[in-house]
Amino acid sequence: MTVTAAFFYLFSTIAIASGFMVIASRNPVQSVLFLILAFVNAAGLFLMMGAEFLAMILVIVYVGAVAVLFLFVVMMLDVDFAELRQGFLQYLPIGALIGIVFLLELVLVIGTYVVDPHLIRATTAPIPAADVMTNTQAIGQVLYTRYFYFFQTAGLILLVAMIGAIVLTLRERTGVKRQDIAKQNARTQETAIEVRKVPFRQGV
Amino acid sequence: MELGDLLLSLAIILGKSLLLLVALLVFIAYALLADRKIWAAVQLRRGPNVVGPWGLFQSFADLLKFVFKEPVIPAPANKGMFLLAPLLTCTLALAAWAVIPLNAGWAIANINVGVLYIFAISSLGVYGVIMGGWASNSKYAFLGALRSAAQMVSYEVSIGFVIVTVLMCAGTLNLSGIVEAQDTRFGILGWYWLPLLPMFVVFFVSALAETNRPPFDLSEAESELVAGYMVEYSSTPYLLYMLGEYVAIITMCALGTILFLGGWLSPIPFAPFTWVPGVIWFVIKASFLFFLFAMAKAMVPRYRYDQLMRLGWKVFLPLSLIMVIVVAGVLMAFRLAPGMQ
Repeated sequence: MTVTAAFFYLFSTIAIASGFMVIASRNPVQSVLFLILAFVNAAGLFLMMGAEFLAMILVIVYVGAVAVLFLFVVMMLDVDFAELRQGFLQYLPIGALIGIVFLLELVLVIGTYVVDPHLIRATTAPIPAADVMTNTQAIGQVLYTRYFYFFQTAGLILLVAMIGAIVLTLRERTGVKRQDIAKQNARTQETAIEVRKVPFRQGV
Repeated sequence: MELGDLLLSLAIILGKSLLLLVALLVFIAYALLADRKIWAAVQLRRGPNVVGPWGLFQSFADLLKFVFKEPVIPAPANKGMFLLAPLLTCTLALAAWAVIPLNAGWAIANINVGVLYIFAISSLGVYGVIMGGWASNSKYAFLGALRSAAQMVSYEVSIGFVIVTVLMCAGTLNLSGIVEAQDTRFGILGWYWLPLLPMFVVFFVSALAETNRPPFDLSEAESELVAGYMVEYSSTPYLLYMLGEYVAIITMCALGTILFLGGWLSPIPFAPFTWVPGVIWFVIKASFLFFLFAMAKAMVPRYRYDQLMRLGWKVFLPLSLIMVIVVAGVLMAFRLAPGMQ
C-alpha cells in the first residue's frame, strides 16, 4: 500500500509541478514539453487506478500525436512570449477579477454537488470486476454495444471536422511545379526518351 | 507486503532487466556488425574485418571510440535539451523491451495492454528527434527533425491499423496472448503472416519508415541534409542516438516476430523441433527480419519525400483501413473471431 501511495504522490506532484511550469516557463517550446510531462504523469495515475487502456490511449493520442503538432506549431511560429507578456501588470486587476468570479462560481456549484444516490444504484450497465474482464474489454463492450450510435456519431463529427479543416486550408496555387505521381508512372520508354541518330562531328 | 519481500521482488526485477539489457546490447553490437557485413557483401566488399577475428570486435571498438571522444556542444544550442534528447531516444527505445516476451512467460512485465504499450513508447520516440533538431539551433538539424517527425507520425497510423487487424484475429492485447493465439497444429502455416500477408508487407515497410531506415532515411539524407537532426551531435550523444535507432529497429523486428511469425513457437509443431528452447526460435526469427531490413538497405534506392508521404497516406492508410474491414467481415462471416467458435 505504501508503495502505491509513494507512486501516487510522485506522479501527482510531478503532474502538478509540470502543469505549473507550462504557464510559468519563458520558452514556449519548454512549455509544450512540460505539458507532455504532465500528460505522461496523468497516464501514470490512470495506470495506478487500473485503467491501463485509458493510460496507453492517453499517451498514444495526446503525447504521441496531439502534442507533436503543438510542438511543430510552436517551433515554427517563433513567438516571443516575453513581448506578449509586457502589459501583464496593466491587465492583472481585470484578469484577477474575472478569475475570482469564476473560482467563486465553481466553488458554489461544486461545493454543494452530490451525486443522487438513486442514480448510483441505478447504473445502466453493471461494472464488471477487474478479475472478470480486463478494462479494455469492458470499454469495448460498452462502447460498441450500448453506446454504439453515440460512438458512431462522435466519429462522424470528427470526420466532418477533419474535412472542414482540409477544405479551409487547401488552396490550389497556379504556377507551382508539383510532382504528379500518376503522370510519372504513366511514362514509358517511348514517351520518355527519344533515340536519334547523331551525325558525326555535327551534334544534334 | 513485508519490506523484505518487497526488496526481494525489486531485486529480482532489477536482475532480470539487467540481464535482458546486457543480452540485448550484445545482440545489437553483432546486429550492427551483421548489418555492415551484409551491406558489404551485397556491394562485393569485405566490410569491417580488422578488429578481432573477422572483425567481430568492431562494434566494441566503435563504442570505445565514441565514448572517448570529446562531446562538442554548439554555442547557440539549448544545452540541457541538447543532451536530454539522445538520452530520451535511447531510454525510450530500451523501455519498450520491458513487455516483449522472448519465451513463454519470459516478459519482465506481462501487462494486459502490451501491444498498446509498445505502440505508445514507439510514438514517444519522435520527441527525441524533434528535441534534438530544435535544441541544436541549426537549419539542417531542424529541417531534418521536421522531416523525420512528419515521417514517423505518418507511418505510425498504418502500423496502428496493422496491429488492429492482428488484435482482431488474436482477441487480446497481451503480447504473450497473441503468440499463444498463433499456436495451432499447422505450425509455420498457422502464424499470422500467411492469412494476413498484405498486412505483414505493410508492417515491414512501415517499420522501415518508422525507424528511419533506408529506403526511407530521408531524415539523415547525407547528401542534402548532412545527417539530418543528428548533424550537430558527436561522441557519446551521437552514440546514444545510433544506439536508440538500432534498439528501435530490433524492437520492430521483435514486434514483427510476435505479431506475424509466432514469437517463440517452433515452425514445425512436433517432437524434435519443439524441444528447442523457444528463445532460440525467437532470436532466429527476429534475426531473419533484421536480415530483411539489412537487405532492404542494401538494395533499394532512397525514396523522394513526396513519394514517401504519398505511400504512407494514400497507399498504406487506405489499404490497411480496407484490410481492417475485410478481416473483421471475414471473422464475423465465418464465425472465426476469438470467443465465437
